[in-house]
Amino acid sequence: MLSIEKLVCRIGDRRIVDDISISFSPGRLHVIVGPNGSGKSTFLKAFSGEWTPAAGRVDYDGVGLDQFDRIDLARRRAVMTQLPELHFPLSVDEIVMMGRYPHFSFRPSARDRAICQEVKGLLSIEGMGDRDYLTLSGGERQRVQFARALAQVWETPPKGGRYLFLDEPVSSLDIHYQHQFLRLARSLVRESIVVVAVLHDLNLALQYADRMVFMKQGRVVAEGPRDIVTAELVHKVFDVEARLIDDPVGGRPVIVFA
Amino acid sequence: MKKIPFHTYYLVLSLVLLLSLIVSTRVGAVSIGYDRILLFLRHALTGQPGSTIEEQLFLQIRLPRVLLCALTGASLSVSGALMQALFRNPIVEPGLVGTSSGAALGAAFVFVMGKSLSGAWVDMLGPFLLPLAAFVGGGLATLLVYRLSSVFGKVNVNTLLLAGIAVNALAAGGTGFFSYIARDPQARSIVFWNLGTLSGADWTNTGIVAFSTLVGIGLSLRYSRALNALLLGETEAAYLGVHTRRLKTRILLLNTFLVAVATSVVGVIAFVGLIVPHILRLMKSSDNRWLIIGSALLGAILLNVADMLARVIVAPSEFPIGVITAFAGAPVFLFLLIRAGRQQQKGGFYA
Repeated sequence: MLSIEKLVCRIGDRRIVDDISISFSPGRLHVIVGPNGSGKSTFLKAFSGEWTPAAGRVDYDGVGLDQFDRIDLARRRAVMTQLPELHFPLSVDEIVMMGRYPHFSFRPSARDRAICQEVKGLLSIEGMGDRDYLTLSGGERQRVQFARALAQVWETPPKGGRYLFLDEPVSSLDIHYQHQFLRLARSLVRESIVVVAVLHDLNLALQYADRMVFMKQGRVVAEGPRDIVTAELVHKVFDVEARLIDDPVGGRPVIVFA
Repeated sequence: MKKIPFHTYYLVLSLVLLLSLIVSTRVGAVSIGYDRILLFLRHALTGQPGSTIEEQLFLQIRLPRVLLCALTGASLSVSGALMQALFRNPIVEPGLVGTSSGAALGAAFVFVMGKSLSGAWVDMLGPFLLPLAAFVGGGLATLLVYRLSSVFGKVNVNTLLLAGIAVNALAAGGTGFFSYIARDPQARSIVFWNLGTLSGADWTNTGIVAFSTLVGIGLSLRYSRALNALLLGETEAAYLGVHTRRLKTRILLLNTFLVAVATSVVGVIAFVGLIVPHILRLMKSSDNRWLIIGSALLGAILLNVADMLARVIVAPSEFPIGVITAFAGAPVFLFLLIRAGRQQQKGGFYA
């Protein structure tokens, strides 16, 4: 369980994250949406330990985020960002193994190798182990990075849960890969892992989220299951005219922008 | 990427290094036969040195020089690998980011002003005064380049190269100033030493460089995983548990330590740190563990070969080794720069 209390992040005098209290439970896919500059990425950085907040608390299973040392935190919390830029040729295997870095000190154990093998199988990249990352397509790279993040939090730590945060993971992918990726992310949501994603595309969020969090100007405007999404809310948060219509085949709502 | 295991490469490189060391002790102004070399080594190991001139030459001049050369090559190449990982750019090396020229300035200061420095601490430092001054100079210059190139947050290659040029020019100006005010023999030694020279090798300075090289490489290996993670980017490395700011400071210090100590003894030898990690990357992989161990071995081999050339082509005189490495290295550097430019046009990686 990730609980956040009265979190404030500042750049100069500006409050990027303005007094947010919220908690994220394991076993569900939580999706944060909001316009550009609404503070969602900073918010994610703050509760993943990359940004030091000006005020407030972040607790991982009741233990304050500031109580963890870096390695201990890295063993239970993985973050997948937008595709990192690589300047050197590295093999897929080498990148996936980086996910295990917090777990071994000099040489990877047989267990580390087995985990890498397993996540590669899960993401159907087991045949690419020796390929140079720089020669992969966007979708393949995405899967390699996801495999790395999964390998990092593959095992439940002795105390507390596991956390997987996805910061706009699909923004550089085409529609096919976006859906493929989110389907996969959904299927990986298990009881013991807290999954929070920041997404740009409202319809994608609506399709895959168990719970949606709307942010605007550093605050949480609304949160709850997808039923909370209304044309008024979309207008209020994104300042665009929108209509919600039911997909005649699937029956689930789709947002159409006017 | 080929499937030959790492230790096979290490084994082959070690054997080649050994071979190059043996051949290198043989050639020079006076060539010494292998049977004689074996005999001298046996004498030295059993502690009953002979007194022939040839043996003295071998033990006091040839052998330390060959070892110093190998150690320097290893130091500079490992530094290159560290700098490339830190700046996340394959066209960085200690000579470009100011470390070498800063160290040269620090050392030139001691060359010229050393006699006028006085006080207990100068006596206490003794043979360490020169490496220390080089360390301070190299450290300041590297820090300046790093700060200038990351003014806009992210290290930008164009700014990095320009900052490197400016700081190198500044340091070269300082070194020039010292050689101007120096009395003649000192000036001559500064000039030679700016081109790189191994002729000053003796057991004391070889010992100092051996210490810095071995300690430096050992420490570098400890950071190889963190440096790998840094290849993904600073944020990603932090998410993998790396203390990125601390890592950067330590790598800069380590680089300065390796380069400054070697430079204070042999002078400025450019481009070794650029070429060696690059060859290793083409050979096998960008894994920093491989790059560090491989750079130590291959750097030692290449500089040894360069030094052999330096001693042979104009024998019995000798050629400045820095000139040879520059002739070999500058084209490689240009090639990398052109390729980086092409990749950038394609909207791709590098830079």
